Amino acid sequence: MNIAQDIREILGSNEAFAGKADQLSEDDSLFDRGLDSFGSVQLMLALEERFNIEFPDELLNRKSFSSIRAIREAVSTLIQQEAA
Amino acid sequence: MSTFAARAERVAAVAARHADAVDREGRFPEEAVAALKAERLLGLQIPGQFGGEGAGLVQIAELCSTLGQACSAAAMVFAMHHIKVSSLVTHGLDSPWHGRLMERIAREQLLVASSTTEAGIGGDLRNSLCAVETTGEVFALGKDASVISYGARADLILATARRHPDAATSDQVLVALMADQISLVRTGDWDTLGMRGTCSDGFRLEARNVPVEQILPKPFAEIAAQSMLASSHLLWSSVWYGIATYAVDRARAFVQAEARRRPGQVPPTALRLAEVSNAHQAMRGTIVSALRRFEDAHGDADTIGSVGFCVMLNNLKVTVSDMAVEIVRGALAIVGLAGYRNDTPFSLGRPLRDVLSAPLMIGNDRILANTAKLLLVQKGSGQLMSA
Repeated sequence: MNIAQDIREILGSNEAFAGKADQLSEDDSLFDRGLDSFGSVQLMLALEERFNIEFPDELLNRKSFSSIRAIREAVSTLIQQEAA
Repeated sequence: MSTFAARAERVAAVAARHADAVDREGRFPEEAVAALKAERLLGLQIPGQFGGEGAGLVQIAELCSTLGQACSAAAMVFAMHHIKVSSLVTHGLDSPWHGRLMERIAREQLLVASSTTEAGIGGDLRNSLCAVETTGEVFALGKDASVISYGARADLILATARRHPDAATSDQVLVALMADQISLVRTGDWDTLGMRGTCSDGFRLEARNVPVEQILPKPFAEIAAQSMLASSHLLWSSVWYGIATYAVDRARAFVQAEARRRPGQVPPTALRLAEVSNAHQAMRGTIVSALRRFEDAHGDADTIGSVGFCVMLNNLKVTVSDMAVEIVRGALAIVGLAGYRNDTPFSLGRPLRDVLSAPLMIGNDRILANTAKLLLVQKGSGQLMSA
């Protein structure tokens, strides 16, 4: 499973990043690129569905969704927890 | 009584004396604001290193409630000023220019106003049409600000704008504009049912040749999430609590006067007072628990910016603003005609008109709609004492 590629795919379905998701670097701030609060909620929902995980409340903050790298790290941690 | 409380009581006494005139004439509460400056309450939140007193939001909230019992408009001006100052204190510490600004606010007791509302955007804080236009080391900004509370009386305005002319409407910055750097042309008058003294007129704001260092380095999205949302809802709620408390005090005095006239009987209005007192306690509990949660977060940006915290703050605003209206209306029902008249010691017309603004300033439906989105992902904790 290529998590980073899946995240880019999901981002591409977000209004703010349609057609631009591949140009984002790992550390680009998604919020500076136009991700708003509703967009981040949609993003969380899509990630939960795709990876079959649930973000606990303590990860539901701006930092966890600030960049592709932050999302990838959060998702990897949760996948490992589910597997354990 | 703490020194803050004693100073606030002195300001409240001045504010109360002029509250009716401020309301009737729809004018700025200048006596109260002069008293706030004389008691040096405008720089309270500024850290000691910049010459302030380093007070926290909880202490400011107490003062908002004290002032709210005297003059709603003066209390709201005080609250709005400190909401802006909390953004500077939270996000301006690393910026030398904003450090010097904080020193000036503390030393000169400068009054800070806010310009977020914009024609074509309305009250949606997180979007702007106007944009900062940078040329070299300076920028220009023109904004159709349909509301700037006490804009004409402020020493500086913190305004939102897009980062540059090509930026998305949500890619905003917050800029500090000193009164002598801007021109304000009045485009709308604030002639309202209540809160008449906040003088929230509309303006065309123009700024030219402002040094770029006056732009706060943090994106406004972060400022909104990490300081403004919390400080706005906590301090507004405290002002509304003050207004409700004043009304409950009037109702209690009225019922007790009735009881003294007819010894041996419980006046029929006492039952209504019991209901109002019940709601007033629940309102207080809601605000105090929100203030405690804010204190417990110790300024941690991830906690304060989390979905759960945002839901809590949204719920605080909706609950408290509705309860405040209900409590003042309940108090009026107890006091009856003596409260409806404008010329008795029990008059409640002004506080009732003032408090009716509470569910409208950021409309409760807009806030509930935002909560509805957040609830799509929030998980519950199921614990009584934590979160």
